[in-house]
Amino acid sequence: MAFWRRNTHIEKERHVKANARDYNDKFSYADNRIKTSKYNIFTFLPINLFEQFQRVANAYFLVLLILQVIPEISSLSWFTTIVPLVLVLVITAVKDATDDYFRHKSDQQVNNRQSQVLIRGSLQNEKWMNVRVGDIIRLENNQFVAADILLLCSSEPYGLCYIETAELDGETNLKVRQALTVTSDLKDITKLMDFDGEVICEPPNNKLDKFTGTLYWRDNKYPLDNEKMLLRGCVLRNTEWCFGMVIFAGLQTKLMQNCGRTTFKRTSIDKLMNTLVLWIFAFLICMGVILAIGNTIWVSWIGRNFQVFLPGEEFQSNAVFSGFLTFWSYIIILNTVVPISLYVSVEVLRLGHSYFINWDQKMFCRQTNTAAEARTTTLNEELGQVEFIFSDKTGTLTQNIMVFSKCSINGQTYGDVYNEFDEKVEITEKTACVDFSFNPLCDKAFKFYDGSLIEAIKLEDLAVQEFFRLLALCHTVMPEEKSEGHLVYLAQSPDEGALVTAARNFGFVFRARTPETITLCEMGRAVTYQLLAILDFNNVRKRMSVIVRNPQGQIKLYCKGADTIIFDRLDPSSEALMYTTSEHLNEFAGEGLRTLALAYKDLDEDDFEVWMKKLLFASTVIENREDQLAVLYEEIEQGLKLLGATAIEDKLQEGVPETIACLNLADIKIWVLTGDKLETAMNIGYSCNMLRDDMNEVFVISGHTLLEQLQLKILNSVTHRVSSVGDVEKTDMFADDSVFEEAIIAEYALVINGHSLAHALEPQLEHILLDLACLCKTVICCRVTPLQKAQVVELVKRHKRAVTLAIGDGANDVSMIKTAHIGVGISGQEGMQAVLASDYSFAQFRYLQRLLLVHGRWSYFRMCNFLCYFFYKNFAFTLVHFWYGFFCGFSAQTVYDQWFITLFNIVYTSLPVLAMGLFDQDVNDQNSLRYPSLYKPGQQNLLFNKRQFFLCTLQGMGTSFLLFFIPYGAFSVMVKEDGSHFSDQQTFAVTIATTLVIVVSVQIGLDKHYWTAVNHLFIWGSLTVYFAILFAMQSNGIFGIFPSNFPFVGTARNCLSEKSVWLVILLTTVVCVVPGLVVSFLRVDLFPTLTDKVRHLQQSRKKEGPQEQNLRRVRRTSSRRSAYAFSHQQGYGELITSGKNMKMSTVSSAGSPGRTPHSSTWIENMLKRKNEVPIKNMII
Amino acid sequence: GEINKTDQHQYYNEWIFGLEKGSKRIAAMMATSYNAKEEDGHHSGASSHGAAGVVKSKKPDNTAFKQQRLPAWQPILTAGTVLPAFFVIGLIFIPIGIGLYVSSNNIKEFEIDYTGVDISNPCYSCAKNFSWNSTTPCVCSMNFTLEQPFESNVFMYYGLSNFYQNHRRYVKSRDDSQLNGDQSALKNPSKECEPYRTSDGLPIAPCGAIANSLFNDTLELYHIDSNNTRNTIPLVKKGIAWWTDKHVKFRNPGENLTAAFQGTNKPVNWRKPVYELDPSDPDNNGFINEDFIVWMRTAALPTFRKLYRIIQKKSNTTPTLPSGKYVLEITYNYPVLSFDGRKRMILSTISWMGGKNPFLGIAYITVGSICFFLGVVLLIIHHKYDTRSNSADIPN
Repeated sequence: MAFWRRNTHIEKERHVKANARDYNDKFSYADNRIKTSKYNIFTFLPINLFEQFQRVANAYFLVLLILQVIPEISSLSWFTTIVPLVLVLVITAVKDATDDYFRHKSDQQVNNRQSQVLIRGSLQNEKWMNVRVGDIIRLENNQFVAADILLLCSSEPYGLCYIETAELDGETNLKVRQALTVTSDLKDITKLMDFDGEVICEPPNNKLDKFTGTLYWRDNKYPLDNEKMLLRGCVLRNTEWCFGMVIFAGLQTKLMQNCGRTTFKRTSIDKLMNTLVLWIFAFLICMGVILAIGNTIWVSWIGRNFQVFLPGEEFQSNAVFSGFLTFWSYIIILNTVVPISLYVSVEVLRLGHSYFINWDQKMFCRQTNTAAEARTTTLNEELGQVEFIFSDKTGTLTQNIMVFSKCSINGQTYGDVYNEFDEKVEITEKTACVDFSFNPLCDKAFKFYDGSLIEAIKLEDLAVQEFFRLLALCHTVMPEEKSEGHLVYLAQSPDEGALVTAARNFGFVFRARTPETITLCEMGRAVTYQLLAILDFNNVRKRMSVIVRNPQGQIKLYCKGADTIIFDRLDPSSEALMYTTSEHLNEFAGEGLRTLALAYKDLDEDDFEVWMKKLLFASTVIENREDQLAVLYEEIEQGLKLLGATAIEDKLQEGVPETIACLNLADIKIWVLTGDKLETAMNIGYSCNMLRDDMNEVFVISGHTLLEQLQLKILNSVTHRVSSVGDVEKTDMFADDSVFEEAIIAEYALVINGHSLAHALEPQLEHILLDLACLCKTVICCRVTPLQKAQVVELVKRHKRAVTLAIGDGANDVSMIKTAHIGVGISGQEGMQAVLASDYSFAQFRYLQRLLLVHGRWSYFRMCNFLCYFFYKNFAFTLVHFWYGFFCGFSAQTVYDQWFITLFNIVYTSLPVLAMGLFDQDVNDQNSLRYPSLYKPGQQNLLFNKRQFFLCTLQGMGTSFLLFFIPYGAFSVMVKEDGSHFSDQQTFAVTIATTLVIVVSVQIGLDKHYWTAVNHLFIWGSLTVYFAILFAMQSNGIFGIFPSNFPFVGTARNCLSEKSVWLVILLTTVVCVVPGLVVSFLRVDLFPTLTDKVRHLQQSRKKEGPQEQNLRRVRRTSSRRSAYAFSHQQGYGELITSGKNMKMSTVSSAGSPGRTPHSSTWIENMLKRKNEVPIKNMII
Repeated sequence: GEINKTDQHQYYNEWIFGLEKGSKRIAAMMATSYNAKEEDGHHSGASSHGAAGVVKSKKPDNTAFKQQRLPAWQPILTAGTVLPAFFVIGLIFIPIGIGLYVSSNNIKEFEIDYTGVDISNPCYSCAKNFSWNSTTPCVCSMNFTLEQPFESNVFMYYGLSNFYQNHRRYVKSRDDSQLNGDQSALKNPSKECEPYRTSDGLPIAPCGAIANSLFNDTLELYHIDSNNTRNTIPLVKKGIAWWTDKHVKFRNPGENLTAAFQGTNKPVNWRKPVYELDPSDPDNNGFINEDFIVWMRTAALPTFRKLYRIIQKKSNTTPTLPSGKYVLEITYNYPVLSFDGRKRMILSTISWMGGKNPFLGIAYITVGSICFFLGVVLLIIHHKYDTRSNSADIPN
């Protein structure tokens, strides 16, 4: 499979011949087997070990191990290092192996999928992995495309087929692919068998939207482009079958080429930890040097003379050399200040925290059946330090569901509900919605609350009828009617779907269309309109029109579009109506609704004839066709008569304003980066409370000019204004309303569009932009490209030293998700691309609140506590050797038993600290959400920084000092109760070791805030295990078996049965713990942090019993802004009039005969997609 | 076709259901803000799942563990808990300290340095003229007076100073298998014993630097009574080692010691082989000689004492060692002057907490007082500067 990798020559051009395996084999192209796994059974051990020893920590411990084997240096037995090292290696290897096993499984599953390949004149089922370049394969509806294939023909007319590319680019709308005309006739197998075209094309690359090649067949050349390609990862939709020729297979497919290795993200704690570890190494070396010098002195003063009883070997008689050896011996002994278990424990904690995120029910979305997922398990604590959030808009803040919410018809608004006192009633779920039962074809999901519109319809108000007729006629929606009355619309944009559905419910049901006709069911009567022309939408026109001939023979033009555009083209007679409608539009816009104006025009038969001729002529012109058409369209779309306006609600996701408000309180800055228009973006900004009317100023930068000077000016002036306000805010700016000056904290917002951003991101301006943006409370960037999104994130990341989080749902957010410190994908909306690139994924924006304020905060808190304690513990543990060095001739004699050194970190003290790191909570989740300010210490890095590190190592050193010198004082003269001498090394070791275990257990008890049963179990369990192992290892039995490995036999028994030893232990424990206790008590008592206060409150609450929580309410402010949005693509009109996509309507009217039972409809697909397991495993 | 249709219908219903739920949820949200508890409540959605389209809910289990709601005790540091703790510690520690101090003071201890550094010291000549090769032992005696009688059992120790029994190379220079009577280790001692592993081509038993440097001074004690006669004080030489050492850790390689140690050599510094350490008592000979065992239990610090002999209490009426004059007769075999070491003989009684050591008592009294004092100080600080107010000032 990795054949192509071994190929040293770079493929410049690809030659593929259909149905010619022998020919294609010459080139040794990759076959269709994919392999994402790293190992197999035989390579696992060497490769995995090699990888593991590339890590600095592991390599370091390997070096230590080697040092320990040298007998002159070895101050510790080899097992003290090898046991933890092996444990770590084994755990990591097991994890790698399981990961790889699942990769193998998913590879295998994908490789073993069946596909139908044309071999030797017949279709044969082959596994995917056996498909080869040049093969012709048959795909059926809803199948994944097996490789990158050239579409040859399909079941649909004109060789069309529909695909869904959600896996590739995140877009859920169907895309059309069309085969070459010459190949689209090859519909039966014999013809396909004879197909021997040769494709010469570009070599494999990762560009999803580009393909260039040529098909040579029957002495003709046919150009190929991306529109004829079906890429691996796509799904065939609404197409019964199609045939294609494999061009790229396996790892050379565009999908696989796009599976770039994502850069490994590290958290700031990680980086800090690395720095600290370096410091500790430096400290270690210092201690080693001190002790080595001590040894040199000792050897020259005492050791030289002590040779009577302790002869040095020849080379050791040299004091300096002895010092040198001692240095290494001490490096070995003192290495436990950075124990290997630190790295393992940190990973375990992060994994645990990730599981807690995965398990959180409150981040589970029932609608989409998706739970939150921590896809990266190494970033959790960073979630507690986020300062900037970069959010996408569509699909993230909004649901991308459009709902027909209000309308204005002939100067009359509909959609609001009033009660008997003529007061507006807020629409809630209890509000009775309009009964559409009169209409058998209605969409039951559609809801409308204002009954007066129905009455107007029933009264046969002409304007209202015309209004809905327009909505039913003027669009590019495709209907699908699988069974009688069961209509499904395939809309290109959700806006359009919403409008047509509204018309449908109000009795103007769009039923069917052919290239020449549109059939409506108007109030139960089938009416067929002749479709004369579609004047398609584009971004410049911002409108679309249809020209139809109604059954009465009248020709009518129906137009819908942006209000400003429509208002410019109105007949003077509509002027009065225009003003009222305009007012209504402002009202709608103020509620954050997306508006469209509707107008119509009666056309004169003759005029139309003339125009139509011009149109036909223009559409055959090659040059400037677009422009000519535009002129023609412009010509006929004049003198329109206004009908009214529609207002569509771009539904926000649940809880978005509340979440944003909450995150704001936590001092998290939220920037919205969207590809949407300025107006839409601002609207959403207002509706989710990011922009407010009470803000001092909203700066809008939307220059379209390319003049940098101008940009500079704007930016400078704005910066100047803001900074002057920032500096002397109370004097300048608010001189007028000085009454409020005390209360007002300057709040600004910045809205900037893509053009301006492109300039502002240039090196000389980016600082100004950043400073300016950081002065603002809200920043919205609209019309930005995916690349710009990443640039903005990069800018903040580079200059602000703050943790950034990017959240988005679509393929266009991938770059920003990958760039930010933390990427969050919204799952279950628009495909998987963002989720696949993300570190965390969940279904709704509002879960971000919980992810950050609860999980992030906890993770950070726990990790910091864990690290502080861990460093403390190991300093206390290890530095005892340092002090002992002064009393044992700097000979690197250990204080403890070697077994104790081996087991201390991995057995005796690992579980309590892990339990603390996993379960500790200072404040419960409700209060974490309730007091978002609790999040701030994380942003300011207060819980674990260099200062904290010094404090905890200092505490560790102090403890080690006391741990050594109190027993030293006691043991200088100590005898047993039976008078036998007792100040021997083994007793000393057992006493100090026991004291150490007790002290660190007591200390963790004091550091712990949340004592669950597990914590109790682990702490008491660890103590029990310590004593059990102690006695077991010093028992007669084990000594009898291995006398040279367990020389401590009987020490524990003799030692711990002495009262004086226990008195020493008690004294040492109290002395070690009390100072820390005093300090933390004073801190809590005199300078309580918010956390302490909330904890206090929480406890007093608990005593009082549960209280009713007062709920924070965020109200949307209303203000008048105009909005316009029409998320449309150009080109669908042409597709409709050409009739290429008409198969569905013809079939549906015939009651769908001839369709295979599993042919599926759009709605079914959509539903299936909803229920499907995340497809990430399936596509690779 | 029929099945398909119903399936589809179910999907459709489900979809609508979902939408309804969604919009309801949104409406509810607007009114009540986000209250996640709502989600925990009803599972009614499950029932609407059609038979065909049943998708296993991925909803995480609602267990206290997974939802991090494990019941927990959440102690916080308050004046109410911390201050009493200090007082309690103070109140417990001070009596213990006083008890320790008193009992330590009640212990009688006598110490005499017989190294022979000064010319005035009777052992000066022995120390000066020490030679490894001398065949005649050098004997010196020291007179001393006990001011107070020593009641009950008296323990006789030898103390060494500046003797690094805890040096790493010294500590590891032994073979526990050999000492445990292992035959193969007897004939082939561990490499750790170097350079005292073999001599003259024969393995050394017991091997290693520790055994080699066995303390071999002989101390004898005489009481000079009123008639100026020297009465030998009986010194018990058994029962000075730990039971476990004597019975578990150290074992002779065989019953017949001479035969068992055939083919081994004595340690370089020793005058006699290991099986002649105490020929009179087979239970105290060879590796299980208690003097040897005591020596082999290496000291933790360079100044240490080891139990040498026990002077048993004779009767209830007379003190074990009445006050008066004594003579300590030393057979001076052990050189320490070369490394500036010191040798001492210590006589001591013991109490319930062991030997005489004022350290613990003083430490307890000090720590107890400090805790008590801290308690008072913290109490004052707490009352004077307490800034914690209740929830009122928590910014929301």
